[in-house]
Amino acid sequence: MSGHAAPEPAPLYEVVRESLRADEPVALATVTEGPHVGAKLVVRPGAAVLGTLGDPELDRVVARDTLAELDVGLTSTRHYGRHGEAREREVTVFIESFAPAPLMVIFGAVDFTAALVRVGKILGYRVTVCDARSVFATRARFPMADEVVNDWPDRYLEKVADRLGPRDAVCVLTHDAKFDVPAIVGAVATRVGYIGAMGSRRTHATRTDRLRAAGLDDAALARVMAPIGIDIGSRTPEETAVSICAEIIAHRAGVAVPNLRDGRGPIHRSGPPPG
Amino acid sequence: MREVLDDIERWRAAGHRVAIARVVGLDGSGPRDPGATMVVNDAGEVAGSVSGGCVEGAVVGEALAVLEGTRERGVISFGYSDDEAFAVGLTCGGTIHLYVEPLDW
Repeated sequence: MSGHAAPEPAPLYEVVRESLRADEPVALATVTEGPHVGAKLVVRPGAAVLGTLGDPELDRVVARDTLAELDVGLTSTRHYGRHGEAREREVTVFIESFAPAPLMVIFGAVDFTAALVRVGKILGYRVTVCDARSVFATRARFPMADEVVNDWPDRYLEKVADRLGPRDAVCVLTHDAKFDVPAIVGAVATRVGYIGAMGSRRTHATRTDRLRAAGLDDAALARVMAPIGIDIGSRTPEETAVSICAEIIAHRAGVAVPNLRDGRGPIHRSGPPPG
Repeated sequence: MREVLDDIERWRAAGHRVAIARVVGLDGSGPRDPGATMVVNDAGEVAGSVSGGCVEGAVVGEALAVLEGTRERGVISFGYSDDEAFAVGLTCGGTIHLYVEPLDW
């Protein structure tokens, strides 16, 4: 009558479950082929590694690789020697990352913002809208945002800098140098994976001068996708949001797409509006 | 695994044993990425999915065998087989590798 027995003890599972419930990053490494099939490590940033794969050196190497995979949200299979040697295939380990939702920070509570919030939510981002102007940055205007913040971009970025990583995105939609410049300067100081800034080519040329004056070098400027988005002929805020999110996905995947940044000519083509 | 936690918890609270099947690899085209998870309890109840419905039926049988101890925990592969039109496999032509184990860790 196994169906009426007490559940098997599952201490590692319970740690994974609690991390998932708290939306905290956790990864599980399982031996799927090799000497100790089923052996596991539970890895959490800043916490002791739990479990063992049956060899201390293998544990150390796999824990290190698992943390790196978790940082970028990757789930994959890796091969090792019995004692963690690289380029050997005695042990197959399945590394499963449970990363919390990636973050999308949108600066500027403008008409494009609401559409970008909606598309960002569809893609699974935790979305924050930040604008220093309290009249515009209201919950009522962005009901789907996880967070609406009244603050200056540089001050807000300083607070969340530690939380931004390769999977996250910063989108600067303010169109106003006094907000754009501190937002971009603040963003390039973080590890955030994607930085995009809205504005025409002319706007961006003058903005680039201000960014250089603020101390950004070529390498920092190269991280900024501006004009933001890929060239799909988008016109409405919703279409623009799709163009921006397509750029974010392609950027993360390392796939070449027609970025508006690398194009020439007007961003908005003439032609009939949709509908 | 996130999406099947509630089912696991409900089953465990009711005293059921649970097997977990996870996609650990794909060759060629496959409908779900590594990490896709399906759970099966000892009463044959199922939650989650590991493909577009192509191999789930066969996975239930393997998962029950693991729970009953007639099959070792380990990797099971399903591929496309054109000489056996009705054999279990992926219609998209890929091969899917699953790791199936009891939730006893």
